[in-house]
Amino acid sequence: MDKDDTLTRSEAQAAETMTGAQMVIRALKDQGVTHIFGYPGGAVLPIYDALFKVEGITHVLVRHEQGAVHAAEGYARSTGKPGVVLVTSGPGATNAVTGLTDALMDSIPLIVLTGQVPTHLIGTDAFQECDTVGITRPCTKHNWLVKDVNDLSRVLHEAFEIATTGRPGPVVVDIPKDVQFQNGAYHGPQAVHHRTYRPKTDPDLSAIVKAVEMMASAKRPVFYTGGGLINSGPEASKLLRELVDLTGFPITSTLMGLGAFPAARPEWLGMVGMHGSWEANHAMHDCDLMICLGARFDDRVTGKVSSFSPGSKKIHLDIDASQINKIVRVDLGIVADARLALREIIRFWKTQKHKVQADALKAWWKQIDQWRTKKSLDYRNSDTIIKPQYAIDRLYELTKHRDDVFITTEVGQHQMWAAQRFHFQEPNHWMTSGGLGTMGYGLPAAVGVQMAHPGALVVDIAGEASVQMTMQEMSTAIQYDLPIKIFILNNEYMGMVRQWQEILHGKRYSHSYSEALPDFVKMADAFGCVGLRADKPSELDDKIKEMIAVNKPVLFDVRVDPTENCYPMIPSGAAHNEMLLSPDDGGEISDAGKMLV
Amino acid sequence: MHDTKVKLAADIERHTLTVLVDNEAGVLARVVGLFSGRGYNIESLTVAEVDAMARTSRITIVTSGTPAVIEQIETQLRRLVPTHKVTNWTSAKAGIEREMALVKVAGTGEKRVEALRMADAFRARPVDTTQASFVFEITGAPSKIDSFVDLMRPLGLVEISRTGVAAISRGPDAM
Repeated sequence: MDKDDTLTRSEAQAAETMTGAQMVIRALKDQGVTHIFGYPGGAVLPIYDALFKVEGITHVLVRHEQGAVHAAEGYARSTGKPGVVLVTSGPGATNAVTGLTDALMDSIPLIVLTGQVPTHLIGTDAFQECDTVGITRPCTKHNWLVKDVNDLSRVLHEAFEIATTGRPGPVVVDIPKDVQFQNGAYHGPQAVHHRTYRPKTDPDLSAIVKAVEMMASAKRPVFYTGGGLINSGPEASKLLRELVDLTGFPITSTLMGLGAFPAARPEWLGMVGMHGSWEANHAMHDCDLMICLGARFDDRVTGKVSSFSPGSKKIHLDIDASQINKIVRVDLGIVADARLALREIIRFWKTQKHKVQADALKAWWKQIDQWRTKKSLDYRNSDTIIKPQYAIDRLYELTKHRDDVFITTEVGQHQMWAAQRFHFQEPNHWMTSGGLGTMGYGLPAAVGVQMAHPGALVVDIAGEASVQMTMQEMSTAIQYDLPIKIFILNNEYMGMVRQWQEILHGKRYSHSYSEALPDFVKMADAFGCVGLRADKPSELDDKIKEMIAVNKPVLFDVRVDPTENCYPMIPSGAAHNEMLLSPDDGGEISDAGKMLV
Repeated sequence: MHDTKVKLAADIERHTLTVLVDNEAGVLARVVGLFSGRGYNIESLTVAEVDAMARTSRITIVTSGTPAVIEQIETQLRRLVPTHKVTNWTSAKAGIEREMALVKVAGTGEKRVEALRMADAFRARPVDTTQASFVFEITGAPSKIDSFVDLMRPLGLVEISRTGVAAISRGPDAM
């Protein structure tokens, strides 16, 4: 029988009496929360009242609840701590749904507190009422409606436990207004232990032994790593580096896993997947052992599943058992926290004195070096028009000497170019919407990152279409003196949509041209921040330096080639070894491929 | 035991799963939402609280899918926060499955006599009788109920209410 959550008599006596609203603040403090991203409204007024003049917790007032959730995501991903959001009932909660789904897809720990109409009004279609737990059930790891103030502190502490352990994710605690006013008993975090929730974090050693043996006999191995390594904490990234040191195996990563392994090291193949490098995708296709660490065989990685790495044995390490064999059947599944599993893999590799297949590995590297000569990320530069790739290269070159650079992105071509060309050396410095692909993520995420890292250089590599989705958060940046830099690759198109229309839909650019764009420089002026514009490659460096130097939020309108496409590309429905390197490669897309997203 | 591992279409199998969950608000919606959200089938569903002290409910689901989908359903159910335990009776081959149905048949004369005779052969019990109708209570494996219903059809079948499957393990141990 599981340990019950019933409190012992002494603990119950030790409990303090306070209002529900005070409990919320107290629980946040007891959980070590220092920042909340939120927006007040009728159903959370008692909590905002309790927050008034509280010391030790900074509340960041956003301009839209979606922004609050993305900011909390940016905060969480750059610190490893959970992000906390406080919004009101009804529209406050529904506006948070995009962010919740985004956090669920990318496994970001968030605690989202929503106000609710008083319990006696629930179900009456009251003003600003919505079925928050019903709406957010499929887009949270777990959620609660708290109808009794004496359950509130337990639920709040369980919320932190569930959001931050196992596979992290967002949780929602819906708190009716009358519960916020009522008095009840507050219990601290140490008195709370969930009845059923027991994430498995320790690996089965028999699986570790088998994994190490498979690695020792591999002739063409590749590490395929993902966001699970970032979520597992910085030690997992350290251990990954040690494992690559021990084996000399090549390594690639998903979009989500960038930074876990330094891009500067020779074993790094670049990103895998639809816009991954030639060498990474070919290594994945031709390997004889794929060691997947904290990634989930997403369709953006696998391409056509039936042709995915056909000749390899596969090891899959994931903290979430449901990910193993979900898309691709694997030969060995390991359910564990990446940090703990890597530690054991390294320990067994060393104590059993394993050696790699040195000759085979040498030949494998020779093959990889062959692929590298393709230089698949190359592009044709121009001295009259700014190529988006060039803009990112310059941003990288002018900032790479610093170790406090944090990059967020919106979603689309600019995001892929950033992932390909901005080389990350450390985890937690790259914040992008991977699973959900949420345009409008980057600007509010930058707000959250800068809040957590006041002196750092936080750049949102953006597109002119995405950035308009959450542009109002510039006000938040101004209010809290957050000198975020919005680096807009302005090609006047929803570039990725335009690219697909060009390749798949006979160049019929249906509604993908951004007509009536605002003047971003004037817009910056109106917000009270700094606006910059670059039209020519020759002026880019000076403007980037100016952007970095100014201690204010900046909207930088970089006018880039409107027709540039993002390559390399695995067209939908194709395999890893059927990449397109340039428009000259044609790009016949199968009918089945056209059906895919 | 009633073998639910019936081959339906190419590599589609029918499986009976039991999920033991905390009996908290919305838990059934979580389970059902998981099935609809991920496109899994529910052929029948039975749910009731089974331990008021421990506040646990038992949900028994008959579902169908390829072996890979069935495996996904099990792991996804285990992932739900209020889930204590998931058992697949069809894979474990160690369960007893029973379903109850109430079957209303209306008719007179020869058909009425025949219906009563058939009911007796199936150990179905009349629980309501009028001069023109019976309501039979029948318990058994779902396939037995299917057979009974098929036999009642030409004899004046009016309507059927089925409970869905309840399942439990053989022998002394709990699931």
